[in-house]
Amino acid sequence: MAILINRNTKLITLGLTGKQGSFHSLQCRDYGTQVVGGVTPGKGGITHEGIPVFNTAFEAVKQTGANAAMVFVPPPFAADSILECIEMEMPLVIAITEGIPVQDMIKVKNALKGSKTRLIGPNCPGVITPGECKIGIMPGHIHMPGRVGVISRSGTLTYEAVFQLTQRNIGQSTCVGIGGDPVNGTNFIDVLEMFHNDKDTDAVIMIGEIGGSAETEAGRWIKKNFKKPVVSFIAGAAAPAGKRMGHAGAIISGEDDSAESKFKVLQECGVTIARSPAELGQKVAEVLKKV
Amino acid sequence: MNVHEYQAKELMRAQGISVLRGGVATTPDEAVKVAEKLGGKIWVVKAQIHAGGRGKGGGVKLAKSLDEVKKLAGEILGMTLVTHQTGPEGKKVLKILIEEGCDIDKEYYVGIVLDRSIGKFVMMASSEGGVEIEKVAHENPEKIIKSIIDPAAGYTAAAGRKLGFGIGLRGEQLTKANKFFEGLYNMFMKNDCSIAEINPLVTTKSGDVIALDAKLNFDDNALFRHPEIEALRDPSEESAQELEAGKYGLSYISLDGNIGCLVNGAGLAMGTLDIIKLFGGNPANFLDVGGGANKETVEKAFSIILQDKNVKAILVNIFGGIMKCDIIAEGVIAAAKSLGVQVPLVVRLEGTNVALGKKMLNESGLKIIAADDLADAAKKVVAAAGGK
Repeated sequence: MAILINRNTKLITLGLTGKQGSFHSLQCRDYGTQVVGGVTPGKGGITHEGIPVFNTAFEAVKQTGANAAMVFVPPPFAADSILECIEMEMPLVIAITEGIPVQDMIKVKNALKGSKTRLIGPNCPGVITPGECKIGIMPGHIHMPGRVGVISRSGTLTYEAVFQLTQRNIGQSTCVGIGGDPVNGTNFIDVLEMFHNDKDTDAVIMIGEIGGSAETEAGRWIKKNFKKPVVSFIAGAAAPAGKRMGHAGAIISGEDDSAESKFKVLQECGVTIARSPAELGQKVAEVLKKV
Repeated sequence: MNVHEYQAKELMRAQGISVLRGGVATTPDEAVKVAEKLGGKIWVVKAQIHAGGRGKGGGVKLAKSLDEVKKLAGEILGMTLVTHQTGPEGKKVLKILIEEGCDIDKEYYVGIVLDRSIGKFVMMASSEGGVEIEKVAHENPEKIIKSIIDPAAGYTAAAGRKLGFGIGLRGEQLTKANKFFEGLYNMFMKNDCSIAEINPLVTTKSGDVIALDAKLNFDDNALFRHPEIEALRDPSEESAQELEAGKYGLSYISLDGNIGCLVNGAGLAMGTLDIIKLFGGNPANFLDVGGGANKETVEKAFSIILQDKNVKAILVNIFGGIMKCDIIAEGVIAAAKSLGVQVPLVVRLEGTNVALGKKMLNESGLKIIAADDLADAAKKVVAAAGGK
């Protein structure tokens, strides 16, 4: 069953005709995703690599019946494209674009409230349900269908985790990159809730980073609500401190946002900790034995 | 991106926010001219570096005569100022701000930061001004008053009243503070700031509400729409290597170890530093080549890593997604040939086009230590760098 996307998902790409948008849309199609259309304002009417191009997302959905959008639009215009999708009630929007201004994302976050859209990202690798559907920039071949869910703030670290699982013959139900930006559409808890309700997911890998309080909040939520085993790694234990301009961000939560402190809270909440990113696969194998 | 206090205050002045009059100087004579022009009998000479804690480090001094302005300017200009934010090596002072004196009644704090968990900006104020706000947050969290600003509604007088009354202001000072907060919020939004901190904000004996210090940080992702802010960048405040890296879309931070790292993705780059440390090594840098790297940028990344003479071995750790392994391989080969890389090179490639990338490296004739996985790569590079 998996979460978010499956073989019935019909995808349009916003920014299809750009270099990255084009390359990765074709990679998604090669993986088996139904890429039914693309949007590039002003290029409506042409066909790009066999994919029909439309001027607006509205038109693309009307013509193709798409139920998911992937955003590759450059940072200055990306928020506008996401807002376009929210306005027309696209159920799922996956924004790959890196470098969207924070103020633009605050507007998007506000528009998401009470809307019918689920936004994943931005600045994320995307979502994949192995063997069924890939929406994003992750290398498809490292994945295999199975029963472990993956949630991550980092793209390449997600690949690392998935690769370790596949090498051990442990498949994945769905892998979700929520993105590394300070303001994003979907947080750890949102995805954990989906995995909680997914009968085809037995365990979850959660990969976090220093900064913010999303991981500790997720830890507390897990302790209260989540019965499946969770394995977690937090990147940045060796990151240099003091390069930032003070730590005003930490004042809000009143919490220490270092890797050390996040590991500690997660452990207290019953999460299995991988101190090394190379141990993720092994730790999952261990917790699965106990299930 | 950071700016200096004097630049932050100019941006605030342009928005009608009340700041002290002042001017910037790079020599003692200029400092005297600025002081003369300001008039009055008392001036403050302030070192302009991108770090807090300047007062404690001896970078902020009071002058009671023009002679004293000259003397203090001479002392502060050229000094290496060490504060809790500069690191032990400190920062050399190249500019000073000369400001008129001010009859301080009481010190406060006001700031704007992003609350990531709700995706909104939050204004904070405290009656505990002039001290480290992190300390206040830790010891007396009830002394920090917060107003969440709704992005659709923007600043409201009610938000300002919550802050103003909350820190104990009344009457005309409350009205002035509210105007100050509104100006600060509008300036913040207009310029795509990411952090604003006014510490201290002061009330004067004559009843004014004025920013005594000002710290602004800007959203790097929004600089494309603010060339006027980009123009305020002070290259002397940034490491030459980090600046050069930035030009090529590389994200580089110099560290104090001996293992050079070239990785794609910030998370994996951080994870690579973590695992090197777990295996007893010490990384020389953080370097994320990003998703859009090509042969030239990989070559550039090598040349930046090799500028650090402490580097005894290099680890290339690539998990290709948007980044293709053959592009990395091409860059590694080009760099090894053009730069004559002498130190051991450990390469771990995985992901998009990995077979092609590995084949290119194998056929290049370069002496490369191939690693099978992340742990293997970390182990091999720590050994190649000579252990701990």
